[in-house]
Amino acid sequence: MNSQNDLNADLRLAVDIGGTFTDVVLVDGNNRSLATTKTATTPDNPTRGALVGVRQVIDQAGVSLNQVVGFIHGTTLATNALIERRGAVVSTITTHGFRDILEIAYERRYSQYDINIEKPDFIVPRSRSFTIPERLSVNGDVLTPLNEGAVDALVEQLESVRTEAVAICLLHAYANPDHEQRLKTLLLERRPDLVISLSSDVSPEAREFERLSTTIANAYIQPLMSRYLDAFAKDFAKEGLTCPVLMMTAGGGMTTLETAARFPIRLVESGPAGGAILSADVSAQAGYDRVLSFDMGGTTAKLCLIDDHQPQTTRQFEISRAARFIKGSGMPVRIPVVDMIEIGAGGGSIASVDRLGRLTVGPRSAGSEPGPAAFDKGGVEATVTDSDVALGYIDPNAFAEGRLTIDVAKANGALEASVGRDLSLSALRAAEGVSQIVDEAMASAGRMHAVESGKDLGERVMIAFGGNGPLHATRVARRAGVKKILIPLDPGVGSAVGFLSAPVSFEIVRSRYTLLDQLDPHALNQLFDDMICEAEAVVRAGAPNEELRYERTAFMRYHGQGHEIEAHLEDRAFEGDDIDALRLAFEEEYKRQFTRVVPGMTIEILNWAVRVSTVEKERNVGSTSIAPTQITAKGRRSIQCDVTGGKVEAAVFERKELSPGNAFSGPALVVEPQTTTLVSADFTALVDNQGNLLLKRMINKGDLA
Amino acid sequence: MTEKNATAYQVMWNRLLAVVEEQGQALIRAAFSPIVRDCGDISAGIFDIKARMLAQAVTGTPGHINTMAEAVKYLHEYFPTQAMKPGDIYMTNDPWIASGHLNDFLLMMPVFRKGHVVGFTSCTSHLVDLGGLGMGPEGADVYDEGLLVPPCKLVDGGEINAFLLEIVKANSREPIANEGDIYALIACCEIGATRLVEMMDEFGVDDLMPLADHIIDTSRRGTIEAIAEVPPGVYKNAMLIDGYEKQIELCGTLTVKADEMILDFAGTAGCSAKGINVPLNYATAYSVFAMRCIIGSDIPNNAGSLESFKVTGPPGCILNAQHPSPVAQRHTLGQMTPDLVYGCLHQAIPDRIPAEGASSMYDLPMRHAPEVARDGGRQFAVELTHNGGTGARPTKDGLSVTAFPSGVWGSQVEITEAVAPVLVRRREVRPGSGGAGKWRGGLGQSIEVTSANDAPFLVFLSVERISFPAEGRAGGMAGAPGRMRLDNKPDLPSKCELRIEPGETLYFDTPGGGGYGDPEQRERDLVAKDLEEGLITVETARDIYGLKEE
Repeated sequence: MNSQNDLNADLRLAVDIGGTFTDVVLVDGNNRSLATTKTATTPDNPTRGALVGVRQVIDQAGVSLNQVVGFIHGTTLATNALIERRGAVVSTITTHGFRDILEIAYERRYSQYDINIEKPDFIVPRSRSFTIPERLSVNGDVLTPLNEGAVDALVEQLESVRTEAVAICLLHAYANPDHEQRLKTLLLERRPDLVISLSSDVSPEAREFERLSTTIANAYIQPLMSRYLDAFAKDFAKEGLTCPVLMMTAGGGMTTLETAARFPIRLVESGPAGGAILSADVSAQAGYDRVLSFDMGGTTAKLCLIDDHQPQTTRQFEISRAARFIKGSGMPVRIPVVDMIEIGAGGGSIASVDRLGRLTVGPRSAGSEPGPAAFDKGGVEATVTDSDVALGYIDPNAFAEGRLTIDVAKANGALEASVGRDLSLSALRAAEGVSQIVDEAMASAGRMHAVESGKDLGERVMIAFGGNGPLHATRVARRAGVKKILIPLDPGVGSAVGFLSAPVSFEIVRSRYTLLDQLDPHALNQLFDDMICEAEAVVRAGAPNEELRYERTAFMRYHGQGHEIEAHLEDRAFEGDDIDALRLAFEEEYKRQFTRVVPGMTIEILNWAVRVSTVEKERNVGSTSIAPTQITAKGRRSIQCDVTGGKVEAAVFERKELSPGNAFSGPALVVEPQTTTLVSADFTALVDNQGNLLLKRMINKGDLA
Repeated sequence: MTEKNATAYQVMWNRLLAVVEEQGQALIRAAFSPIVRDCGDISAGIFDIKARMLAQAVTGTPGHINTMAEAVKYLHEYFPTQAMKPGDIYMTNDPWIASGHLNDFLLMMPVFRKGHVVGFTSCTSHLVDLGGLGMGPEGADVYDEGLLVPPCKLVDGGEINAFLLEIVKANSREPIANEGDIYALIACCEIGATRLVEMMDEFGVDDLMPLADHIIDTSRRGTIEAIAEVPPGVYKNAMLIDGYEKQIELCGTLTVKADEMILDFAGTAGCSAKGINVPLNYATAYSVFAMRCIIGSDIPNNAGSLESFKVTGPPGCILNAQHPSPVAQRHTLGQMTPDLVYGCLHQAIPDRIPAEGASSMYDLPMRHAPEVARDGGRQFAVELTHNGGTGARPTKDGLSVTAFPSGVWGSQVEITEAVAPVLVRRREVRPGSGGAGKWRGGLGQSIEVTSANDAPFLVFLSVERISFPAEGRAGGMAGAPGRMRLDNKPDLPSKCELRIEPGETLYFDTPGGGGYGDPEQRERDLVAKDLEEGLITVETARDIYGLKEE
């Protein structure tokens, strides 16, 4: 860091506002961290907490805010507004004859054996669901013109229920947005104050229920988010910020404030997406092509697959589930998101024994209030953190930089009371049980996620971060069959660090159904041109001069199947000859996922996507061959060995005192301000060129895997 | 058992549950059959060397609960374990062994580790077409319904029996899809076997039996504890349903003992001449599913949790149809058995049982008229799945337009219109169709379908609750019956083949669920809310719920 002065010319800030903490990271032009901080989130006005954090890092680094040239912001505000139902009064307008798209939904119970389930709350009751006569065909042809004469009565209906925001979703509007746009114009002429979201803008994909649901979610948070974004930008400008604020999206890209205000739904879950971006970036620097990102915090663990330095993305996502972590119990939202599996397993997850005598952990969480019993803030139920304390993995005196004291006796007491008593186990054995159950749950979730994506965990490198990720990494990896783990720098504030590696990007998906054999290249090129033009305009607003990358994707399947497979197209106009190439691309991907293609089957294409993004900066790929120097620790601590189940002496290292090339074997603990890494007895550790901690599992003792 | 073993067993149990889910997912993803991918009409499980089921994937339709467990027992006895080699896989689609109709193929594979069989994996999946008259109730016997493959070896030491596969393909209108689905089944067995061996390696377990005993004993104990909460006794119920040629009476006698529940179908009508008959294994699947939803629903399906539920029926009654009765549409009646069971259970535990619901799915299988193909028009074949309302629950309203007991997904209009040349003119809930009660039954829906391209098309209807609506419970009223008609013509029967000419519209109204408790006792706020939401009429609010106008 000797050329610090030059690099200060390119200072960049990332602010990640989470439910409990606001993380702020300041980096120089080489993406090297100059200062990080974790401050309490201020829910009444989240900007206030962000200002506190930003002032702290600016002071720590001895720079001033007007030197900052890049500012990336991610927030859970959008997600929380949806979960806590703090949005606008939304009414819907759908095609006449289709008032009950929400009421009907999937016609399905999300829990097979539970006859007492509640249907998810889709925000808009039937009494605020209105219709208008009009109808388009599947190709977007007008079958029944929009009845403009019905608009006055519609406005009266909207007013009678005190509508603040309107979600318009007409059948097949993804194929032709004219009716939706015209209706919006007519409504605004009469009521200019209405906030209106169109399904053809927000999520132009076939499947009316998901499209309507997505449009409602967007409309619901739009007034709140545009106020917030406006105030955030103004407050920071007042503070001296001169560069534009870019927003982190769920898809792992950045977008402008203006686009964020139009499509606030794209801001949900941007924090976790930042974590995945961090993993992707680290994987590129370290030269790993197949990665499992493992982010374990206080309430949940999130796992994500990363191939060729790109997080896997999806367009299926659910918000505010009626039954947390049960698929299908939430409100479906179809936007580009980083594909993550999230399970209720975090430091605060509560352990208990069910009536069959089965030990269960989570999804109930003690959160930060009252928190684990060991925090001595009134928590009495045993949590995963209590188990880690009892096992000796958390140093009672060095937790959270000493800001929180750890009461080992309280942890043991809780384990004994809520687990040990029912199963006649000692506190220590109960702690082991809690660890085994929660680690198995995370490993299973990871395996399941890989299976659903048609991928394998076996040869992946796990990149572990979050407050509890490094602590549980070896235990989860062993169960998932993963042999190599990387703990990046600043693992405790991973998401915010990730923001700084995100490209400015925008993705559009549009439905245009066709059989592969009947594909009309001219119409397809027209569709792509329109989509690229739209996406480019959004990206250019945040990245006026950078080089751009264009990705075109087709979502294909055999006619008769239900799951689509992504096939990539070349970035140029499609020609008739390309149909065969597209068939080959599909078959190759199909073979990879299902071992063999099905000859002679008709292939169909449902959706087309375009992603426009800035090109990632050249990464300096670290040399993996670094001469290891065995080091010995100053400190030692007695811990419970997770391999043998007996007591062992573990070496204790301070992360900040480690340097590249340092090597040691487990059992060991690596302590840093926001987390601790457990190097289990069957793992070795090496610090690589970038300062990452590299753990490798020995299959046989002394034998590197 | 040492204290360490208790958690170790549980971790391994959790792992087995994860393995069967993984097996199930792999099968669903690779499937060609629409009913498999939309409804998860499959099963996947792991068995010990005594053929006791240890874990079964939780999937969308309960039609395989118990059937796979029994089928593997059968194959285990039929094929001596000593004669099995690594890589062998056995198969059958015999409706009376596998899952009630020819479309369901069941595979079983021995799992070898260190040269010994340590257990079995098994799975079932629905194949698209087995020849014969196809998936309709028109067959006069099972021979009309297509190809039956008796228990046989499909894979011999890793080598697929190519001739057998050729036979299955040669007897199908969808040979390629069938081949694809059989390969998916093979992969599913193999994935399960690999994962089971990996687990045993990881945990250093050479013998699965102690774990098997732990799983089965724990589950049996939990199930018996749950049964003990049900007052012992003999509870009888009978219900009339539409049937095909004539209405049919289903009878059930539920005997609750301290540690088991036995359901008997004695008194139930004899078989139909049409393919709506139900082999006992399938009637058992839905009956046991219904009981398990109420009793010990938190315990996973395995030999221990299932053994306390027994289902019997006189051979030849329509719920114990014997070979060679036609059985292709066995699900239409099979899905009515939960209401039969609940009528019994309600007498024992009145405050835990929902009212009757629409229950049987409202499928809309459609395809082009024969001459359309001849004239070079657009050919298509789709099976839309729709549902009515569920019965009101003792403390909650029923669910509108929701599948129960099946777990199918409804078809969305924009997808329907993309894959078939039809136009859906309307799809909305049916106000007033939910049975009145302290808790209201779920509402049905109204769907209107017409041709989108001036070509006629065919519809094959096989539904229930046209003549006999879902009854209410505890003073609750019946839901609206289903209703189907073409334009203003007379109402259609519940099972028929239909031709829809261009310009004609099919009106397809699904039934509502029954209500629970006296309507007068419904909270006034809820009545007012139903009125505001347009779910009931002003007249119903006033006359049936007794809401005073303000």
